[in-house]
Amino acid sequence: MKNKQVVALLGNPNSGKSSLFNQLTGLRQKIGNFPGVTVDKKVGFCRLSSSMDVEILDLPGTYSIYPNSLDEQVVLEVLANPKNPDYPDLAVVVADASNLKRNMLLFEQISDLGVPAILALNMLDVAEESGISINSGKLSKILGIPVVELNAREGIGIEGLKHTIFNQLQHKKTHINPPAFDKKSENIFDEVNAKFGIGNKYLALQYAAQAQKLMFLGETQQKDLEDIVKKYDFNADKFQSAETIERYRDISSTLNEVIIEEGVKKETITEKIDHILLHKVWGYVIFLSILFLIFQSVFTIAETPMDWIDQGIAFVNDFLKSHLPDNQIVSLLTDGLVAGIGGVLIFIPQIAFLFAFISILEESGYMARVVVLMDKLIRRFGMSGKSVVPLISSMACAVPAIMSARTIGSWKDRLITIMVTPLMSCSARLPIYTILIALVVPNNKVLGFFNMQGVALMGLYLLGFFSALLAGWIMKFMLKSSERSYFIMELPTYKKPRWKQVGFTILEKVKTFVFEAGKVIIAISIILWVLASYGPSDKIEKAESKVLSENPTLEHAKLDSKLASVRLENSYAGHFGKFIEPAIKPLGYDWKIGIALITSFAAREVFVGTVSTIYSIGADAENETTIKERLRNEVNSETGKPTFSVATSFSLLIFYVFAMMCMSTLAVVYRETKGWKWPIIQLIYMSVLAYISAFLVYQFLS
Amino acid sequence: MKIIFILEPKKVILRLFEISLNKIIVQTEKTVADLKIGERGIINNFKDAAMSLKLLEMGCLPDTEVMLDFIAPLGCPVGITVAGYHLSLRKREAATIVLK
Ligand SMILES: Nc1nc2c(ncn2[C@@H]2O[C@H](COP(=O)(O)OP(=O)(O)OP(=O)(O)O)[C@@H](O)[C@H]2O)c(=O)[nH]1
Ligand SMILES: [Mg+2]
Repeated sequence: MKNKQVVALLGNPNSGKSSLFNQLTGLRQKIGNFPGVTVDKKVGFCRLSSSMDVEILDLPGTYSIYPNSLDEQVVLEVLANPKNPDYPDLAVVVADASNLKRNMLLFEQISDLGVPAILALNMLDVAEESGISINSGKLSKILGIPVVELNAREGIGIEGLKHTIFNQLQHKKTHINPPAFDKKSENIFDEVNAKFGIGNKYLALQYAAQAQKLMFLGETQQKDLEDIVKKYDFNADKFQSAETIERYRDISSTLNEVIIEEGVKKETITEKIDHILLHKVWGYVIFLSILFLIFQSVFTIAETPMDWIDQGIAFVNDFLKSHLPDNQIVSLLTDGLVAGIGGVLIFIPQIAFLFAFISILEESGYMARVVVLMDKLIRRFGMSGKSVVPLISSMACAVPAIMSARTIGSWKDRLITIMVTPLMSCSARLPIYTILIALVVPNNKVLGFFNMQGVALMGLYLLGFFSALLAGWIMKFMLKSSERSYFIMELPTYKKPRWKQVGFTILEKVKTFVFEAGKVIIAISIILWVLASYGPSDKIEKAESKVLSENPTLEHAKLDSKLASVRLENSYAGHFGKFIEPAIKPLGYDWKIGIALITSFAAREVFVGTVSTIYSIGADAENETTIKERLRNEVNSETGKPTFSVATSFSLLIFYVFAMMCMSTLAVVYRETKGWKWPIIQLIYMSVLAYISAFLVYQFLS
Repeated sequence: MKIIFILEPKKVILRLFEISLNKIIVQTEKTVADLKIGERGIINNFKDAAMSLKLLEMGCLPDTEVMLDFIAPLGCPVGITVAGYHLSLRKREAATIVLK
C-alpha cells in the first residue's frame, strides 16, 4: 500500500495541465501556449482536507496512449505499468472544452485502462467565445464519473475540483466502455492475462500492440509478447485505427447530446491574426522585425539602468575603500567580491528584457507560428520545424532547450537539434557580448534609428543561428536513418499573455541568474583574489623590490599601479595565465584574458566578473572606475596599446559565440542521448570551431 | 534510363505506361494538398497507413469536413481546420488525405 495517493493530470498537449498543476500545488511549472511545453513528469503535493494530502503528477500532453515521441512515451510508461510508483489512483483528464471531441479520445482510452477518472473541462472561456456550450451535468450522467468545470488560467473552480478529487478517491468510480473486441483479441487477452496477470482487457491488448515501447518489461517479456502477436497474426496498426474510428463514432454520439453549438461560424480572432502573421510576405517581415525589436531594446532600453547599476557599484567600491582601513580583508571585499558581483548585477536589465520577450513569444501562441514559418527552411538543414522551439528557447538557456527537443519524433532530427542547439547564444553570453560590443562598436544610430550596438548584438546571435544551421546540414549527411519524420502539429489559439505570469518568469529568471552566477562568482572571486594576491615563494617581493630600485623617482600613484601589476604578474593567477598564454596568443589574448578564459569554464557569466576583478586589482586604488572604463583603460604592457583592441575584442566575441563552455549543457546532452559519445563530439567540434574562427578573425583584423 | 532503353526497350515502355497510369490515378484522386485556400472537402480515405494512424487520432476521420486555412509562405506546411480546430501539416502529409 502506498502511503500517498497519486493523482495524475493527463490530457492533450496545451489543454492546461501545468496551469492546473500550479494552481493545485503552488509550484511554478513552466506554462506556454504551444503543444509540448512539459516534456517530463513532475511531482507536487496538494492538501485536500486537514487529514489528506495527495501527490499531484503533472505529465506531458499526448493525443492518445499510442506515443509518437519521447515526451508522450512518459505517459504510456506511467499508465501501462500498475507497479510504477507513479501509477495513478485517480486520473484528472484535463480537456480543452473548445475542442472536446478530440480531447475525449484520450479520456476514453485512460478510462478503459481501469483508472478512476475525473473529466475536467478547461478553457470554457475559449469555448464560449466560439459559441460552444456544454451541459456538464448531463455529460457526467452519461459517463458515470464526475465532470467539473474549470478555468485553470484564472484559478476558477479549483476548490470544487479538490472536493471532487477527495470524493472520487473514496468512491473510485470508473467509466469502462472499450471498443468491441473480436475473437482474436479475446484470445490474445487470455494469453497475456495468463502470462502477465493483466486482468484489464484493454491494457492486455496494449501490451500486445505496443510491446516494443514498454521498456519496463525487459527484453524477455517483450519477446514473449511478440511471440503471442506472431502466433495470432495480430495487426497492431489495424487494431489501433479500428479502435480510433470506433471511439470517435461513440464520442460523437455522446457529445451530440451535451454540446450546443451556435449556428453561424464567424471568423475567429485567431484566424484573422493568422492571415497577417502567416502571410506570404508579411509573415517573414514580421518575424524578422520582432527579432530586430528584441535586440534593439535589449541594447537601447536596457542601457540606462545598466549604467546606473555600474556607477552605483563603482560608488560603493569607492565608498568602502575610502572609509575602511587599507588592508588585505578590505581588498578582498572591494577588489574581489564587489568587483565580481558587480559583473553580474549590471546585466540584470538585459536579462530581464530578454526573458520578457521570450516569455511573450511563448505565452501568446506565436511560437507555434514560427515553427510553421520555419519548417520548410530548417528541414534542409537536417532538422524539423519543431526544432525551432529548442533553438529559440536556447536564447535563454540551452539546458531546458535541449530537453524540449524530446517532442521531436524522429531520432535523427532530434539528435541534430540537440547537437546544434548550444551554438545559439544563451543569456550567459549576453554579458560578454554587451561589454565587448560597448568597447569596440560605436554607439551610433544608423539610418536614423537603428542602434549600431544593437545591430552588432543581433549579428552575433544570427552568427550563432546560421552556424547551427550549417552544423545541422553537415550532420544531416553524416547520420544515416531510414526513419520517417512527420510534422503534424496543432495550432493553438492566440491568447493574451498573462502579465503576471510574464512578470513572475522575469523575476524568477533574474533571480536564478543572479544567484546561480552569483554563487560561482563569489567562489571564483575569492579564489581568484587569493591566487592573484599571493605567488609562489618570494617571487612577488623580489619583483616589487626590483621595480622600486628601478624607479626611485616615480611619483606615488604611478608607482603604486606599477607595483600592483607586477604583483599580479608574479602571483599564482599570473603564472596560470602566463602558462596558457602561448596557446591563446594567436587569438590575440594576453595572459590576463587567459585567466578569465579559464575561470569561464565554470560558467560563461564569470568572464566579465573575472576580468573586472583582475583589472581592479591592477588599477590604482584612488580612483575607482566602472567596469567599462576599466576595460577601456587597460593597456597591454608589452605593446603599450589598449588590450581590448578591435581585433582582440572581435576575436573574443567570436570565440564565445562558438565555444562550448558550459558543464550543465554537457551534462544534459549526456542525459538526453544516454551516453558520453555525443557530448564529447559536441565539445570537440565546438571548441575547434571556436579556436579556429577566433584565430582567423584576429589575424584578419590585426 | 538510356542504357536500359537500349537493353530492354519492352521493360521501359511498360514502365512508362505504369508511370502515366499512376499519374492518371493520382490526378483523379483529389487530396487535401490540392485544396485552394478557403476551399472545403470531405475526407474519404488515406494513402499512407502509418501516417493515417496519427491523422486519425488528431480527428481527421473519414467523412469529416476539412477546410484549407493557409499555405505557409514557402508553400509548405499548410494549415487546415478539422473537427473545429486548426492543424498544421506538411504538404506531403496533406497529400496522403484523399477527399471524396
Ligand atoms: N483562456 C484560457 N487559457 C487557459 C486556460 N487554462 C490554461 N490556459 C492557457 O493555455 C496555455 C497552455 O497551458 P499549459 O498549462 O502550459 O498547458 P499544458 O497542458 O501543461 O501543455 P503541455 O505541457 O504542452 O502539454 C497557457 O497559455 C495557459 O495560460 C483556461 O482555462 N482558459
Ligand atoms: Mg504542461
